[in-house]
Amino acid sequence: MKARFMKNKRLYIGAVISAVMVLFAVTGMFFTPYDPNAMDTSAKLAGISLKHLMGCDNFGRDILSRVLSGLGTTMLVALGTVFIGIFFGTLIGAFTGYYGGVADEILMRFNDAVLAFPSLLLALVFISVMGSGKLNVTIALGILFIPSYARIMRGEFLRCKNLDYVRSARLMGASDIRIMFVHILPNTLQVMLSTIAIGFNNAVLAEASMSYLGIGVQPPDSSLGRMLSEAQSYLFIRPGYAICTGTAIALLILGFAMLSEGLEKNA
Amino acid sequence: MLDVIDLNIEFHDHLTPETVVYDFDLHLEEGEIVGIVGESGSGKSMSALAIAGLLSRKQMKKRGKILFDGVDLLTCSRNVLRKYQGNDICMVFQEPMTSLNPVKRIGWQVGESLRIHTSLTEDEIREKVLKILKDVELDDPEGVYDKYPHELSGGMRQRVMIAAALVCDPKILIADEPTTALDVTVQAQIIRLLKHINKKRGTAILFISHDLSVVRKLCSRVLVMYQGRIVESGEVNEVFDSPKKEYTKRLISAIPKMEKLEYER
Repeated sequence: MKARFMKNKRLYIGAVISAVMVLFAVTGMFFTPYDPNAMDTSAKLAGISLKHLMGCDNFGRDILSRVLSGLGTTMLVALGTVFIGIFFGTLIGAFTGYYGGVADEILMRFNDAVLAFPSLLLALVFISVMGSGKLNVTIALGILFIPSYARIMRGEFLRCKNLDYVRSARLMGASDIRIMFVHILPNTLQVMLSTIAIGFNNAVLAEASMSYLGIGVQPPDSSLGRMLSEAQSYLFIRPGYAICTGTAIALLILGFAMLSEGLEKNA
Repeated sequence: MLDVIDLNIEFHDHLTPETVVYDFDLHLEEGEIVGIVGESGSGKSMSALAIAGLLSRKQMKKRGKILFDGVDLLTCSRNVLRKYQGNDICMVFQEPMTSLNPVKRIGWQVGESLRIHTSLTEDEIREKVLKILKDVELDDPEGVYDKYPHELSGGMRQRVMIAAALVCDPKILIADEPTTALDVTVQAQIIRLLKHINKKRGTAILFISHDLSVVRKLCSRVLVMYQGRIVESGEVNEVFDSPKKEYTKRLISAIPKMEKLEYER
């Protein structure tokens, strides 16, 4: 156990940090010390105390409660984003990589076109068309994530489709769909997992920056990005507000980044 | 049962088309073992892949006919072809190390043909798989069933490949240099196994090899290929004892002879 830990420290440390953050997020969904939206005018911008472990914001809301519930929101959005991205990305990647030909060419050029746009700008366009809110942010980011996943999965399917065991599956009379999703897909898991972890990070950051700009999660829902943007007005009066939220984002990213690097190294 | 008539294979992925197999003719009866010999690049594997229906249909032009029980495998639809693949025509590749899916258990992979072609329940499939694993003379079929490919040796994997090919009781087994990647003692075991299967099940075997002594031991008829053409064909003993073509003579004289070496020493 110790030898394995020493061999791939990143994987284990990353897993521990991520697990703790997920635990916090799940806890935040069911239990927070205070109602995250309850305002206590007497505790406006209160400092760190035993009553409020991270202090209070400008409306007198408990920051710890808001960080916990914000963590949940951010993670849900990121998970949804990654799920949409990986699901459609895998589908597109599987078909283009396995069949090749004209459809591959067209879809991949379209992919390049989408990738060429700055993603935040595109997300802005989506949001202004569909309206903001948790669900729409997830969908917009998810669509934006499809091309990069599609490209990675396409590469994997391209690599696998001419391997001997795929050929022998074809020789057994397996249909193309069966070959793609029963024979090849499990072999792409290693790559898929580490890209999921990286993608999760990007999604967290994208959600945070969109919420920071005010086009993401809308008040009164708490989200780490939104809180960070609110905190910046009080940066010099209550630095603790920005530091606490910032640290939560940083830890979340760090955990998943190390996890994905560890997974890659384990491959 | 299997008749290949005037098969020509051309590659069309370059500016000028390139023919790799010319006028390939083959007749295979039930229960027969036919060998194809020839040096690397003589087109023997290409012909085999074409018969198995594994050559992609886009970049290659194939003329001629591959008749299996009267059905032309070259012109039939993919669905018809798929019904034959795995069920009637099977193939064992040269490289046992890469021919098995690394993330699936052996039992699952061997049973795959059954899952595709029959409507047996998982229990029946398991039973059949265990039986076939025993038939290919694996020591511990129950243990092997739950193992992953990386836990097996090369010889065991080749046996598993043969088991996977035979599980649907095919009429033709195409063996594309099945012993090349194995060491000599295991080679001999695999050859014996193939011969045994042929006798017991009546599976016709198309044996491709550049090892002439193995072909002589195993096959009843042999085709000699050189630069994409069949230069000589006939009964094994006839071809080996009194070769008619210059190329065949040179090929046969290239077999190292043990007695001579010992005498020289």
